[in-house]
Amino acid sequence: MATDEIAVLCRSVTKVFGRGDTQVHALRGIDLEIRFGELTMLVGPSGSGKTTLLSVITGLLDASSGELVVLGRRPANLSQEELILFRRETLGFVFQQFNLIPALTAAENVAVPMMAAGVKRQQAVACGEEFLGTLGMAHRAHALPSELSGGEQQRVALARALVHQPKLVVCDEPTSALDGRTGHAVMELLSATAVRPDRAVIIVTHDSRIFEFADQIAHMDDGRITALEENRKNGPLTKSTPVYEAAPAQPDLGASQMIGG
Amino acid sequence: MNFVALRMLVADRAKYFSLIFAIAFASFLLANQISIFIGIMTRPSSQIRDVVDADIWVMDPQTLYSDEVYALRDYDLYRVRSVPGVEWAVPLYKGTGRAKGEDGRFRTVILMGVDDATLVGAPRKMLVGSIYDLDQPDAAIIDKAGFLYFFPGEPLQAGKTLQMNERRVLIVGISDASAPFQSFPVLHTRYSQALGFVGRERNLLSFVLAKPAAGAPMGKVCERIEATTGLRARTTTQFSLDAFLFYFRNTGIPVNFGITVVIALIVGTVIPGQTFYIFTVENLKQFGALKAIGVTNRRIVGMILLQALVVGGSGYALGMGISAAFFARTLNYMPTRGIIFPWQVMLGIGVVVLLVVGLASLISIRRVLVLEPAVVFRG
Repeated sequence: MATDEIAVLCRSVTKVFGRGDTQVHALRGIDLEIRFGELTMLVGPSGSGKTTLLSVITGLLDASSGELVVLGRRPANLSQEELILFRRETLGFVFQQFNLIPALTAAENVAVPMMAAGVKRQQAVACGEEFLGTLGMAHRAHALPSELSGGEQQRVALARALVHQPKLVVCDEPTSALDGRTGHAVMELLSATAVRPDRAVIIVTHDSRIFEFADQIAHMDDGRITALEENRKNGPLTKSTPVYEAAPAQPDLGASQMIGG
Repeated sequence: MNFVALRMLVADRAKYFSLIFAIAFASFLLANQISIFIGIMTRPSSQIRDVVDADIWVMDPQTLYSDEVYALRDYDLYRVRSVPGVEWAVPLYKGTGRAKGEDGRFRTVILMGVDDATLVGAPRKMLVGSIYDLDQPDAAIIDKAGFLYFFPGEPLQAGKTLQMNERRVLIVGISDASAPFQSFPVLHTRYSQALGFVGRERNLLSFVLAKPAAGAPMGKVCERIEATTGLRARTTTQFSLDAFLFYFRNTGIPVNFGITVVIALIVGTVIPGQTFYIFTVENLKQFGALKAIGVTNRRIVGMILLQALVVGGSGYALGMGISAAFFARTLNYMPTRGIIFPWQVMLGIGVVVLLVVGLASLISIRRVLVLEPAVVFRG
C-alpha cells in the first residue's frame, strides 16, 4: 500500500504508566495502519487499551516506545506548541460525553475550534450555524446543550469535530451515551459526512451495533491488537489472521528505546 | 476565546454572583473600616489642622499631644518671638470647660482662645457670622455640631447665649470646625476672653503659634526655637502625627479596626478564592476538551485571568459604589461628619482585590495547567 494512503502508522507502539512495581503496560507493541478514506474502529473490553491508543495517536499522551506517524508527522518529534497546533489544525474530536460547553449555544460550540484558531467570533459562529445546517441541525443552532437531546448533542459535537475540515477525526465511544436508534442515526451521519478520501476516521467503541459502519476493525485486549477485520464495502466483515496469535509477544521496551524519528 | 471564557463565567449565575458579592462585601468592609479608622484617628489632630495661619506649634517640652497640655509662662511667647527666623508668634489657649445652654443642658466644650489682635487660630470656615465678630464682649464662635446640641431644631443663627463659669457666652458665629476626637462642641473666643470662660488659672498659654520667616526652613526654625527656649517646637504636620500616634499607641482603636480589617481580608480572600477554584474544577472537563482540540495553555491561562479580572472588577466596583454611597450618606451626619472615603483607600483596596483574585486564579490556573488533556477520553 502506498504510504500516502496511510493516515496513521503504528509500529511496535507501547505505553507504560507508572514506574517499578506500579508499572502498568497499557499498550504492548501496537502495529496498525489506518488509511485515508476509511473508518477504523478500535474495539475491545474495558482496559484493553483502546482509549490509550487513541490518546497516543492524537498526541494527548506520549508513546513510551515504538514508531508512530500521524498524517506524515511524528508526534514524538514535535514540541508541545507544535503538537497543539497540529491537533488544532488537523484533528477533530468527538467525545463520549460530548463535552460541549454548557454556556454556549450549539452554533457557538461548533465555532470553538475556529475561534481557537483565531477566527473572529461572528465569522466563526456564522460558519458554525452553516455547518450545523449541513447536518440538519440549523433549527437548533441557537439552543443550549441542556436544551438538546443526546442525539442532537452528539450531532453538535460531530459538527464541532468537522467544522475546521480536519484530516483525522477521532471519536471516543460516540454512541455509548445514546439509545440504539439514535446511535445508529448518529453513525449514519458520521459515516456520510466524516468519511472522505482525504480524511481518516477512528472510532473507539465496544458497541457492536455500529460495527457495520467500519472499514477496518482492530480488536484489542490487554494492550494488544488481537485481530484485524476488514470490511469490504457492501460485503460482510472478513476476519483477518488474529494478530495476537500470529505475532510473538512484544517485549516491554524502555523509554530509551523509544523511536522518535 | 475571551467570549467563551465570559460565557462560561456567567453561565453559573449562582457562583458568578456569589463571587461578585463576596468580593464586593470584602471591598466594602475594608473601605468602610479603613476609612472610618483614618477618620477617627485624624480627629485628635483636627484642631491642629484647622489652624492654617501658623506653621509651628511651640509647647511645654513634656507635651505629648494636643489634648493634654501643660501651660507655658506668658513670657515664653516673647522668648519665641526673639528666636531668629521666627517672623511672628502669637498665643493660643486650648482647654476644656463646661458650657450650659439656655434650657439647662450642659456639655464639656473645647475652648480655643485665639490671639486678640490677629485672630490667628480662629476658624476659617464660617457658616454664620464672621471671625471679626469676636471683638464683641463675651463673644464666641461655636461649631455647627455644638450649636445643634445646645439649640436642637433651631436654625443656625447668631445671638444665642450659653453660660460658662457663670459668665455669659454670646454666640456671634457658627463655624464648620473639624470634628474633635471626643465629639465635644468647639468654641473659639479671644485669648483674653478665654480666661473668664474657664476660671482662674495661673497660666493660660497652652501654645505659641509661630510663623517662620520667608525662606527660613521650618525644620531649622523648630530646632532653633528648641535650642533657644528649651521648649518643644513641632510643625503642624509633625504635631498632627504626634496626636495620631498617641491615640494609636494608647487606645484599643487600632486593634479593634485591625481585627475587622484582617477578618475582611480573610473572608475576602478565602470565599472568592474557594468559589473561583470550585468554579474552575467544575469546568475542568471543558478546559480539558479545549486543550484537546488545540487551545494553548497560554490561552487558557488568559481565559482564567479574564474571568478572575471580571469578577474582581465587578465585585470591586460594586463594593466601592456601596462604600461611596455609605460615606455620602454619613458625611453630613453630625457624629460621623468629616469621615470621608479617601481615594488612597480606594486605590489600596483595588490593589488588594487584584492580589486576591490573582491568588485565587493562580491556584485555579495551576490545576488547569497540570490537567492532562487525555482526561476528556475518560468517560
